[in-house]
Amino acid sequence: MAQKRARHALSRRHLLQAAAGLCAGSCLMTSRAAYAATLLDFDELYGTVGVLGLTFSDKVKALNGHEVAMRGFMAPPLKAEADFFVLTEIPMSLCPFCSSDADWPDNIVVIRLNRAQTFEQANALIEVEGTLEVGSWTDPATGFVSLLRIVGASFRAA
Amino acid sequence: MRSLLVALAATTCLVSVANAATVYPLDRATILAGSPFDLKVEFDTVVAPADVTVTINGEPAEKVLGKSVEFVEKEEGADASAVLVRAVRIASPGSYTVEAKAGAETRTVVWDVYATPATPKAKNVIFFLGDGLSVAHRTGARLMSKGMHEGKADGRLNMDDIPPAAFIGTSATNAIATDSANTMSAYMTGHKTAVNAIGVYADRTKDPFDDPRVENIAEALRRTTKKSIGIVAKSEVEDATPAAVVAHTRLRARKAEIVGDLFDIKPEVLLGGGSAYFLPKATPGSKRKDEKDYVQMFRDAGYTLATSKDELATAAGTNSGKILGLFHTGNMDAELDRQFLKKGTVSKFPNQPGLVDMTKVAIDELAKNPEGFFLMVEGSSIDKMSHPMDWDRALVDTIEFDQAIGIAVDFAKTHPDTLIVVTGDHTHGVSIIGTVDDDKPGTEMREKVGTYADAGFPNYEDKDGDGYPDRIDVSRRLMLFSNNFPDYYETFRPKLDGPFEPAVKNEKGEYVANEQYKDVPGAVLRIGNIPRDGDTAVHAVDDVVLQVTGPGGDGFRGYMEQSDVYRALVDAMALAPKQN
Repeated sequence: MAQKRARHALSRRHLLQAAAGLCAGSCLMTSRAAYAATLLDFDELYGTVGVLGLTFSDKVKALNGHEVAMRGFMAPPLKAEADFFVLTEIPMSLCPFCSSDADWPDNIVVIRLNRAQTFEQANALIEVEGTLEVGSWTDPATGFVSLLRIVGASFRAA
Repeated sequence: MRSLLVALAATTCLVSVANAATVYPLDRATILAGSPFDLKVEFDTVVAPADVTVTINGEPAEKVLGKSVEFVEKEEGADASAVLVRAVRIASPGSYTVEAKAGAETRTVVWDVYATPATPKAKNVIFFLGDGLSVAHRTGARLMSKGMHEGKADGRLNMDDIPPAAFIGTSATNAIATDSANTMSAYMTGHKTAVNAIGVYADRTKDPFDDPRVENIAEALRRTTKKSIGIVAKSEVEDATPAAVVAHTRLRARKAEIVGDLFDIKPEVLLGGGSAYFLPKATPGSKRKDEKDYVQMFRDAGYTLATSKDELATAAGTNSGKILGLFHTGNMDAELDRQFLKKGTVSKFPNQPGLVDMTKVAIDELAKNPEGFFLMVEGSSIDKMSHPMDWDRALVDTIEFDQAIGIAVDFAKTHPDTLIVVTGDHTHGVSIIGTVDDDKPGTEMREKVGTYADAGFPNYEDKDGDGYPDRIDVSRRLMLFSNNFPDYYETFRPKLDGPFEPAVKNEKGEYVANEQYKDVPGAVLRIGNIPRDGDTAVHAVDDVVLQVTGPGGDGFRGYMEQSDVYRALVDAMALAPKQN
């Protein structure tokens, strides 16, 4: 984890330098947007989607282990304060009798925060930043299996 | 006075203790003769094994059932004892009084064990289950599909020509209200159960797989006949309704295990969504927590696999006799999205077959069996679109469901030994109250709602004659409302961008109106009338209409509990012929 943090910090610094360089020219972007992590859209997650499974897109594979930013909605969290939640493309509600709580759509990404925190109104667009992690991982506390995560993440209103 | 109070307390106490134990199957259970079921007695306290007696019609249960009874001194999670005996059968029809005793605790229940006529009336049974199918859905589908002028419908649905035979009560063992799992389980086993339970009585232990089991129709068919079995649904095939044909679990959400039950029964035709639970967990898109590859297992068991409409057509032409058709990782799209708007998840799964395609393939395939077949067809999205109050999608799916019924009605014309049952599993609190007319003056949408004489007639058109309206966003359209709802924005308009999501959860765990619809012109906030932990409109407790045509149809009459429907089904197929 410590190693990951260090790498994270380093890549961030590089990005900052790059951004500074870019902004030396005429730079209309805000400074935040300039050094933001690579923006990843929900429709860029999978290369192919099929009944027999999905494949990750080349962009997702290339960004594995790198800083990304994603915009979406916070799915109803399991509890008021936690260190993870699920980011969804559209605001999500879950109907207890038309689908079970084991059900999540394909357009989701698990977010693991850098610290536990109390969740805010989920009815609004948020932007999440953190390190993209690709591959099957089972959360030991909840048993939740995820294939795509943003770890060490933070979020803010978009 | 004081002694009277003491005496009263003692009496009250005795009364409550005397009724303490619970016996499964519950009082007034109806049991198909010869079908296996689990007998369980849950005592309220820890009791001594020497004090326990369980008798059936006055004789020791062991003797009547031919199996020894297991005593559990302390059940997991309960400071109380139980007795259990699994997979027992009662061959002779009749009334059975079961008495369980342990010290002061006693409980007496009566079971009705029934046989069927000696000879079947129907060779084939097709059971159509419109999930959530309410009277308003039928009325709306007819108005939308056929139109009306001068007060008379301009055409008839297929279901309009199947005689209504019974009103069905759908309550659960633990509530007047119900869900799809409990009700379909009652239809498919003859035993009522609790909300969320399938093929079991819901006991007090936590394990969702140890509850007392009852036999379901697929098992009864495998045990007593050589008929083929088919399951067709637009939902995930392991969702509650299709699951109840084959599965046993206290929790309908245990879909990975339900796929295991599907594999154990091996319906000859299994078509629908839900492939995510068939894929090993390492495959992106999987929802399993193990590495079992059920797609491969079904293939190895001789199934032809179809994953699209085209592959289904190809599979129908093969002679494998067994088709596994999985067309979506989750629920298949509503017909309005699949055929017309191309919204929802249609861009990801663009080649899904519809319910009509699937029903046709299933009937053609199953009819090859000279012994006959049982087919269950679920119109799944009627419910899935009524929960979020997406009435246009719910009605278009009702039209699709009706067209699938038309396939079966045509088949029965050349195969008169086919019984067709059409029903729902519960209703929704939905009614049509008129129209909404964009051409009425003003900007306030409620002023455009036409009631009574102001409603006129809707102006849907079906110029291509496919039975579906060419557009749903016509200027004068049906106005439906749910009588129950969470906080939401009522837009009075069809949701052309994708299925409606009325409410989303806030940080307090309460559902609040989804602000995505706030800025739709004319949208108004409606404050909910159900608890704030409810995300969508809920099922209604109102009776369901059951319609039937074909041999054996006279078994469905008047008011029936949904568990009584099973008896009429097994009677028609003579699954427990009376011994002479």
